[in-house]
Amino acid sequence: MKFLFDSDTWQEIYGSIRKNKVRTGITIIGVLWGIFLLVVLLGAARGLENSFNKAFGNFATNSVFVWTQSTDTPFKGFQKGRRFRLNMKDIQVLKSEYADEIKLLAPRNQTMNLIVKDFKSGSFKVSGDFPVLDQIQKKKLIYGRFLNQNDITSSAKVTVISEDIYKQFFEKDEMPIGQNIKINSINYKVIGVYEASNTANIDGDTAYIPFSTYKKVYNTANNIDWMMITANEGIDIEQMESDVLLTLKNLHKVHPEDERAFGSFNLGKEIAKFTGFLTGMQFLTWFVGIATLIAGVFAIGNILLITVKERTKEIGIRRALGATPKSIRQQIILESVFLTTVAGMVGIIMGATVLMIIDTLFGQGEDATLVNPTVNIPIILAAFTALVVLGTLIGLIPAHMATVVKPIEALREE
Amino acid sequence: MIRIEKLHKSYPIGKDSLHVLKGIDLHIKEGEFVSIMGSSGSGKSTLLNIVGLLDIHDEGDYYLNGQLIKDLNEKKAAILRNKFLGFVFQSFNLISYKTALENVALPLYYKGMNRKERLKVAMDYLDKVGLKDWASHLPNELSGGQKQRVAIARALVTNPKVVLADEPTGALDTTTTDSVMDLLKDINDEGMTVFVITHEEEVAEQTKRIVRLRDGIIISDTPTKAAKAL
Repeated sequence: MKFLFDSDTWQEIYGSIRKNKVRTGITIIGVLWGIFLLVVLLGAARGLENSFNKAFGNFATNSVFVWTQSTDTPFKGFQKGRRFRLNMKDIQVLKSEYADEIKLLAPRNQTMNLIVKDFKSGSFKVSGDFPVLDQIQKKKLIYGRFLNQNDITSSAKVTVISEDIYKQFFEKDEMPIGQNIKINSINYKVIGVYEASNTANIDGDTAYIPFSTYKKVYNTANNIDWMMITANEGIDIEQMESDVLLTLKNLHKVHPEDERAFGSFNLGKEIAKFTGFLTGMQFLTWFVGIATLIAGVFAIGNILLITVKERTKEIGIRRALGATPKSIRQQIILESVFLTTVAGMVGIIMGATVLMIIDTLFGQGEDATLVNPTVNIPIILAAFTALVVLGTLIGLIPAHMATVVKPIEALREE
Repeated sequence: MIRIEKLHKSYPIGKDSLHVLKGIDLHIKEGEFVSIMGSSGSGKSTLLNIVGLLDIHDEGDYYLNGQLIKDLNEKKAAILRNKFLGFVFQSFNLISYKTALENVALPLYYKGMNRKERLKVAMDYLDKVGLKDWASHLPNELSGGQKQRVAIARALVTNPKVVLADEPTGALDTTTTDSVMDLLKDINDEGMTVFVITHEEEVAEQTKRIVRLRDGIIISDTPTKAAKAL
């Protein structure tokens, strides 16, 4: 290994590279392009993943939504096409039967209503909810607070409105907390305003009121429109979905194989699909990047082979002067490794620069398409190591070619 | 210094083989100035290549500095070449992207000498061949005679036992031929064994012993007038 730190070795390499500036440059571009692509693609894929995570970050992604439709199979004396409703008893049963699986359970009632304040009015969704909703679907509050247990217990006439509702009924920067708005001709005190973000919000612009208040005002008795269920960590969300549906079918005297009676949406499953897509994209990125890298390394091997061929005579001279085959081999391999290393480093730096530019152009703000496009240092180190190893291996071929020719034949070459 | 006994060498050409050297016996003592003469195809280049360890013989014995040359691998051959032999070629064979000084210093690099020291030694030898002022020039900035003098300096720089010159004046005009031959004579006068291959009678006349080859056999081996004059 001593030869690595010998300034003469590098002098020799510098000499032979300097001799073929253009060719060396073009060769370097091959490898440089490969690692550049790898870095940029990986960074972009990461950015996409980040922006995806950001969009769903406020939402418990292992959630299932369940609602009722109408039966499609006659069962236990009921005709098909029967309509029925979920109720609070279902919630109790699910909570006790799936105590281990279910983390959060939010029964919900929703309707469209006219909201009036002073001389302004507008139609918005009104939702009767429990405080637990905030845990399933995190709300970013600009003013005040979300619903709490006291509001439920006392059936308080309070509401948490969206940013857009606030903008329609209030002046800019007006303090909404404590003011009243009329929903369906009943006064509610505004206790909170939540931010309308571009992140996943399946409710849209909604005025949230306590579940108990909703029950009284809209006379829904024990009925509920639909529910949101969040599973505990490590629970198979699809399995839980089908188990819960079976229990509900049993409770409501629905045929176990009725496909239409219950509607459900498995957020976890949908996200898994998208995550699968991301994984696929990452695989593609790796594949393209590494293939390009290998192509680049082969280009280096190829060019060294040509160089060796062109330098046959020079190598012959060197051998006549006492160069051992080993010293010739070392020099050519080192040249290969040196070229790949330089190309790799420049490629990584260029890739990182492009990622920085992407980050400043598209990576910041609310609507960022690629959030923090980055590449892990260990990945870069691994790619770099692979590059050096490949450079060594590919250098072996021309190095071998250079030494199999007898010095006399090499010298005879013109 | 060089002892060759019943040396044979043939090259395969297709199915046949060309018998180039057909039993050469040659003994060159230390300090001799020998020229090998012969027309092309007489086997003189082959003989030089074998003597220079650039090629291997088929039969017979070859002793270099008392050491029997047999079953040499490339590494050993390279070390022996570096230690005992200096080469001067017809086409100079300087490395085009290295300066005169670096070219002269190259054998010392393979000997393992450090850069500072070898550049100093190389400069001494360049001075000896009268090219000190041209040290930093590339070969294509030098005339033919100057190139050959650089090549001679390179051959001498490791202080070898034998200098092997293959048609050293083949690419030079009469004036430069004389200056190169004068240089070789000076080297010989200092005690170096010099072994020249040539087909020019005037060049051979300036050495001390002429060995004539024809069809792979030595037909005469005589001292020259220059030698008799001593």
